[in-house]
Amino acid sequence: MTLEKDPLNLIIAGVGGQGNILASQIVATAGIKEGLYVTVGETYGASQRGGPVMSHVRFSAKAQCGPLIPEGEADIIVGLEPIEALRIIADYGSPRTRVIVSPRPIYPIWVLSGQAKYPPVEEVMQKLGELVAEVRVVKAIEEGETGLAANVVMVGALAGSGMVPIEMKNFEESIREIMSPRDVDLNLRAFEKGVELIKGKARIPALSKPRRHK
Amino acid sequence: MGTLELDQPGKTVLMMGDEAIARGAIEAGVDFCASYPGTPATEVPESLAHVADRFNIYAEWSTNEIVAFEAATAASLAGLRALVAMKQNGVNVCADFLMTVNLAGINGGLVLVAGDDPSAISSSNEQDSRNYARYADLPLLEPTDFQEAKDMTKWAFEVSEKLGLPCILRSVTRLSHSRGNVKLGELPEKKRTAKFEGVYISGAFVAAQHAALHLKLEQAREEFESSKFNFYVGPKKAKFVIATCGTGWLYSREAVAALGLEGKVGILKIGTTWPLPEKFIVDHLKNVTEILIVEEVDPFLEQNIKILLAEQAKTLGPIEVYGAKSGHLPAYGEMNQDKVTQALASIKGLKTRARDEKYVEKARELALAYIPPRMPTFCTGCPHRASLWAIKSALKLDGRDGFVTGDIGCYSIGAGPAGYFQLKTIHCMGGGIGLANGFGKLEKFAFNQPVIAVCGDSTFYHAAIPALINARVHSSNVLMVVLDNGGTAMTGFQPHPGSGFDALGRPAPTVEIENICRGIGVEVRVRDPFEISQAVQDIYDMLQEDGPRVMVFRRRCFRIEAKEKLQKKYYVDQTKCIGDDCGCARFCSRVFNCPGIIWDQEAQKAKIDEVVCTGCGVCATLCPGGAIKVRGAAS
Repeated sequence: MTLEKDPLNLIIAGVGGQGNILASQIVATAGIKEGLYVTVGETYGASQRGGPVMSHVRFSAKAQCGPLIPEGEADIIVGLEPIEALRIIADYGSPRTRVIVSPRPIYPIWVLSGQAKYPPVEEVMQKLGELVAEVRVVKAIEEGETGLAANVVMVGALAGSGMVPIEMKNFEESIREIMSPRDVDLNLRAFEKGVELIKGKARIPALSKPRRHK
Repeated sequence: MGTLELDQPGKTVLMMGDEAIARGAIEAGVDFCASYPGTPATEVPESLAHVADRFNIYAEWSTNEIVAFEAATAASLAGLRALVAMKQNGVNVCADFLMTVNLAGINGGLVLVAGDDPSAISSSNEQDSRNYARYADLPLLEPTDFQEAKDMTKWAFEVSEKLGLPCILRSVTRLSHSRGNVKLGELPEKKRTAKFEGVYISGAFVAAQHAALHLKLEQAREEFESSKFNFYVGPKKAKFVIATCGTGWLYSREAVAALGLEGKVGILKIGTTWPLPEKFIVDHLKNVTEILIVEEVDPFLEQNIKILLAEQAKTLGPIEVYGAKSGHLPAYGEMNQDKVTQALASIKGLKTRARDEKYVEKARELALAYIPPRMPTFCTGCPHRASLWAIKSALKLDGRDGFVTGDIGCYSIGAGPAGYFQLKTIHCMGGGIGLANGFGKLEKFAFNQPVIAVCGDSTFYHAAIPALINARVHSSNVLMVVLDNGGTAMTGFQPHPGSGFDALGRPAPTVEIENICRGIGVEVRVRDPFEISQAVQDIYDMLQEDGPRVMVFRRRCFRIEAKEKLQKKYYVDQTKCIGDDCGCARFCSRVFNCPGIIWDQEAQKAKIDEVVCTGCGVCATLCPGGAIKVRGAAS
């Protein structure tokens, strides 16, 4: 098979503890089932404890890619947290980048201690919109059982967006393979919810149109 | 069933680099694995422990790296295949044994996996362990991707067994902790039994053994000349070649493609980096006039190739070498495609596909000035937050400008805002108590600051005991605080001698920290740091005493507690919290600074973030207004 863009570069950005790594593992396993080379570069260790965490997921039909995406080369960003999505743009974003983001903030300790301010979320979305081709807001963290699996809701949103050339059944199969048996059903429901949310059955404000930067 | 056990040769699966190394060991029929956890190598032994029963492997988490390496060597001497994995600092810990086992030799295949951490993403240094291979005259392999991680590990056992030497396999964080495609090989039928025979003594005829070791290394070089892990890609008779190893291969290939240089620049990928396959390299440099060397951290390959070029000057003629020495690539920090592209472009006088400057400026401005930074912090519910709060409070009460020497573990974050900037030194495992027992002997130089050494429980067993003994016999004035959270938390809660379970999760005998302390003859108290007023009082009291003293703050890591039982749900009773009128200066969110407590802008009162809070309840004890309560409890 061939990819329209090869390699296709995806970044999943969030905060330690949000299940970023599991999300990237599901997406990558689905990619392998699709017959692609997939490389996932992940941040671990000290940054796990409430620090920013990002996974670089790279798909290629030709060869195994390096684990790090070059600067400005992220095609898709999935933000599990609003300011973490924005933070990624500085190094990896471009006017071609498309973003799927959860609007629920996780406050950094410097905000709690009053040394820094967390900007209004709607404003963060606007700023994001000014820098990238597309921003889709997915309310993944809500009350209810799937709130526990917000990371998988976001994977569902990515799958439903059609931004990655991977069939739905491959995502579902990888969830069945990766999750422990008792968590499979909950996570499949979370995945479905994400697919629905991005497809417009729930509210998805399109904040900006693709714009060109010269 | 996990991918590690999958008996489907030829099937392609997603594997983490460390898992691929473990699978390679399984395909080689590994029998024995002993290790001490350390990022990024932890998941190699952890993966083997998961399938230990299935493949009849003995797996243990050892007290430290040298013990692990010695135990694994014993298995090798008895004819088994053994693996030991460690982070780069761990190689230093086992270096003493390494520098003699090379002379004494081994029997069954013995592979040492060194997980290096370029850029020190989760380390206190970024040392390049490859130097140990050259230092100890041992064969060194460097996989580039996930498939090679598996295949090379399998081969490393054969190389080791053939030469009678341990074989070092060097991984890096971006391989160990990345994931990618691995095509599975066959699972072997294991038949080995253990029997010790022969003599393995280093020291009897050292010079002769050393000479024999050099001969073995020449034998390794012969072996490496025809290895499939060394190959050339690019135009025939290229004048410009990149020589690379490890992750450098992936970055180099992408950089060449990014600059459209596929027709002009060749890449010489070297998998066996010590000893170098000299004939193979020389054969591919016959037409070359310029060479760029791409590798991670030290100019190891660069220096060794330069020596080869000097030796072969008559055959090869002058060749310009670019790399760390020429300043085209850094000899520090991790490599990436951008660095290689820049280097290649500057040598070739090409322009890189630059990002729009205004765009980058705007995006960076937003990332740096508009949004707040996010410092790593202790998890919500972490006992270290309470322990360091107690230490900070007691030192303040004491008022003699006391300070804390730090060590290696989750609590290292205590050097930053998460631990109220309490840790003033951090070096290596056990370094904190070692330093403290020196500070504690400075009284004749008018030194009167109290010194507290904090040390994790796993660190205590690993490296702190000799320093504590030293403090005892020299009556050093030091208070050691052991932050005992029940396991090796930083790397994912592997057991240690006090945990009561083994690498396979089975019950195991324990060696209690307080019993060790009592055996050494130092005063020891054990407290729960969540009983915070008592903890502050105890630390204060102990600071007033002379000689070595130990406080064990014992409270299990909350990540583990949370997995085992349903936690209490806390909330802020906003009828009790009176916000800024309280005079507590937003104690819970701003001062205690736990991410589980946020400021409700609308109500101008504190609020629990239920997505983040794990229900430890320490803030409820500390809140001066008694406004933080358990949901469902009688008020």
